[in-house]
Amino acid sequence: MAQVSSVADKQTTSSKSITLRISRYNPEYDDASRFMEFNVSYEKWTTVLEAILEVKQYFDHSVAVRYSCRQATCGSCGMMINGKPRLACFTKISELDSNVVTVEPMSNFPIIRDLAVKFERLFDTHHKIKPYLIRDDTEIESDEKEFLQSPEEVEQYIQFANCIKCGLCNAACPTMATDSSFVGPQALAQAYRYVADSRDKGKDSRLKMIDESHGIWRCHFAGSCSQVCPKGVDPAMGIQLLRGYLLGFRS
Amino acid sequence: MTQDENKEGVGGMINPRRYGIERVAYWLMRLSGLGLLAYFIGHIYETSNILRGQVGWTELLEMTSTPFFHIILSIVIAMCVFHTVNGIRVMLGHGGIGVGKPSRPDYPYDPASQNYRHKIGIYSAIVLAAVAMMYGLAVLFGE
Repeated sequence: MAQVSSVADKQTTSSKSITLRISRYNPEYDDASRFMEFNVSYEKWTTVLEAILEVKQYFDHSVAVRYSCRQATCGSCGMMINGKPRLACFTKISELDSNVVTVEPMSNFPIIRDLAVKFERLFDTHHKIKPYLIRDDTEIESDEKEFLQSPEEVEQYIQFANCIKCGLCNAACPTMATDSSFVGPQALAQAYRYVADSRDKGKDSRLKMIDESHGIWRCHFAGSCSQVCPKGVDPAMGIQLLRGYLLGFRS
Repeated sequence: MTQDENKEGVGGMINPRRYGIERVAYWLMRLSGLGLLAYFIGHIYETSNILRGQVGWTELLEMTSTPFFHIILSIVIAMCVFHTVNGIRVMLGHGGIGVGKPSRPDYPYDPASQNYRHKIGIYSAIVLAAVAMMYGLAVLFGE
């Protein structure tokens, strides 16, 4: 089913418009997803999220979309935009260079409704790799000094600490597309983030956790995760460096 | 895959168009791997025909000495070369070699792991596979 609507009359200052195709699906009632089409005017700076919110404001408030910060910090508004996983708040319509913008829920994530997806599995795998410093002592207990790090030691992991858990890497991963048990690039990159931290002492337990058939060995270095990451985390690099420990290339 | 899971499935896995040359290499690696496996099985079947004696063996050789099978063999040569060269690139990458060093990312966040060394490796694998295939065609069809 397709519905064509327009807000061009309301936006008299805009000179351009696109057709925004929004995937609609409610698991409780629908057998399959369908697209609804809206004509939306835009400016050079208009983001896809703003276009979706315009549709919600003027035409169909029932479109389900998750968002919060609108500045690529919270990681809530990940979705497939013209077939690629992107943050809707970080993607300008003018950058897409297309008269038709198709938005769908992120691949490889169960759909709650329309564009909103479940993050439980991503958070579960993230939690599984113990995303915290593991030590026998703590800064509070030790009366000697804080855990100092050199700038070089910080450089080893700070890139991977930029992860906002938006899930775009998992949506782009070809292994995630078929393997429901794969840990995923997000969790693996975070495993490296803590393994590479000079303050952390949990390397062996983390490596043991990911050294399994649906763990790090299912990554085939396609690199799609790194290409879609909106924060420059480069999960593919983290995963290969992590695998270097297991293969004995790194110590 | 069910709609509830929303997995891209095999179609999404093998789609080489969205994520650059690295994803094309991923797709070609799988395709050539399956092709070489099929060739390996066919090759075992072919050579096992020697058990039928000289007549049977000669019959099979005549059957495979056709332009169609020559083209198949040339494709096998290409798959073999691509799989080998790209496999070396991927194995080095899997050990963390040539994937760059962690650093503070700057916008527009070009991933260091997708650097020129790996791109050169992929393009080299494709070019070498094409050259090997052309050489194979020249040998098989040449007089």
